[in-house]
Amino acid sequence: MEVKNIQNGIVIDHIHAGFGLKILEHLDIDKGLGSVALLMNVPSEKYGRKDLIKLENTQSVDINILGLIDHQATVIYIKDGVIAQKTTVDLPKKVTNVIKCKNPRCVTSVEPVPHIFHLVEGSGKYRCEYCDNAVKSFDE
Amino acid sequence: MELKGKNLISPMDLSVEEMTFLFDTAEEIIASPQDFCELCKGALLASLFFEPSTRTRLSFEAAMLRLGGKVIGFSEPRSTSVEKGESIADTIRTVASYADIAAMRHPKEGAALVAAQKSTIPIINAGDGGHFHPTQTLTDMLTIRREKGGFGGITIGLCGDLKFGRTVHSLAFALARYGGIKFVLISPDELRLPEYVRDGIVDYAEVTDLREALPSLDVLYMTRVQRERFFNEEDYIRLKDSYILNAAKLKEARQDLMILHPLPRANEVSTDVDDDPRAVYFTQVKNGMYIRMALLAALLGRV
Ligand SMILES: [Zn+2]
Repeated sequence: MEVKNIQNGIVIDHIHAGFGLKILEHLDIDKGLGSVALLMNVPSEKYGRKDLIKLENTQSVDINILGLIDHQATVIYIKDGVIAQKTTVDLPKKVTNVIKCKNPRCVTSVEPVPHIFHLVEGSGKYRCEYCDNAVKSFDE
Repeated sequence: MELKGKNLISPMDLSVEEMTFLFDTAEEIIASPQDFCELCKGALLASLFFEPSTRTRLSFEAAMLRLGGKVIGFSEPRSTSVEKGESIADTIRTVASYADIAAMRHPKEGAALVAAQKSTIPIINAGDGGHFHPTQTLTDMLTIRREKGGFGGITIGLCGDLKFGRTVHSLAFALARYGGIKFVLISPDELRLPEYVRDGIVDYAEVTDLREALPSLDVLYMTRVQRERFFNEEDYIRLKDSYILNAAKLKEARQDLMILHPLPRANEVSTDVDDDPRAVYFTQVKNGMYIRMALLAALLGRV
């Protein structure tokens, strides 16, 4: 399957197969932007299968969430048909309303407050702002 | 020391210097309570107990009244708007329009933080589920400091349910900030201190037998071993007696040992220990009121 190369925009490459849709959901993409392509199960030399997202005509998407969902993904910024920048994303220090606290004794189970998690440095774990319950990754 | 307007949600919200200031203030109050009986005159404490805890509530209320302040509040959510489903945020905004400071107990973990984020008056966490209970930690520490003159160089035994007992976790973290403290962790394998707490205290030994640990201790902190924490009845029956302190076992202990318990107790401290001068858990209760006096005065900016 072919999706044309974009001249200007962002390509998120090397996404773990199956994580693309989840990332797209959380990228909070403005409907007014250019076309958006999600490719799933693309053959990859490095990973066997991967997902891929192409965002046309944008250079500013909040990609922080990427670090949380899929650490392995690469973000490629393309300007006038050439790669302007290539980066990976670190684990975000704080995430809001992405992970939900699963501790039934947590105040978030009764009070309408945002689900906020903070990165525990060096461990890759996140702790609930309110009850300190720890989760290891996005999937849990 | 500027503590005015601060919240106290976790014991670690206070720096070592701020804790020292509170302990010093509490000592001054203990030395001459009459000098402090009008310190908080005109101030109003909201005592918000979303679940009953007579012991903690009375301690806070007595503390405020002894400072010359006044108290409003509720002791259980029944018959309040809380029971009708009002959010913590709305409750605290309402209360903050009347009172100058609030002590809040709630069954949900993190409830006090939610309140603090919405409040215009200082919030003191009087227990949020099994999460934090910072004034208990301050009480424990004041008691140790008064008896031992400080924290440096002491060997403290933490005994019983070290896995779920969060008063123990808070105390361990808070004490670990002072140098030279040795911890002896006394619990069955099933109820060991969690790894993240052990990582925070550095100098510790783990044993399963209280009798074996007793002779080395300056301080013994007892907690409840609850039946429901065990996977099966046999384990509970086999282990429970190992974590009961009684007069016979105390024969092995040092003469200057001090025995603490956050209370209420079940049977883990036998009543035949109560009259032993080394048992300080009732003194601990009184210290709880004094440290709460120091805390209320400090957060209200009166000391
Ligand atoms: Zn939580």
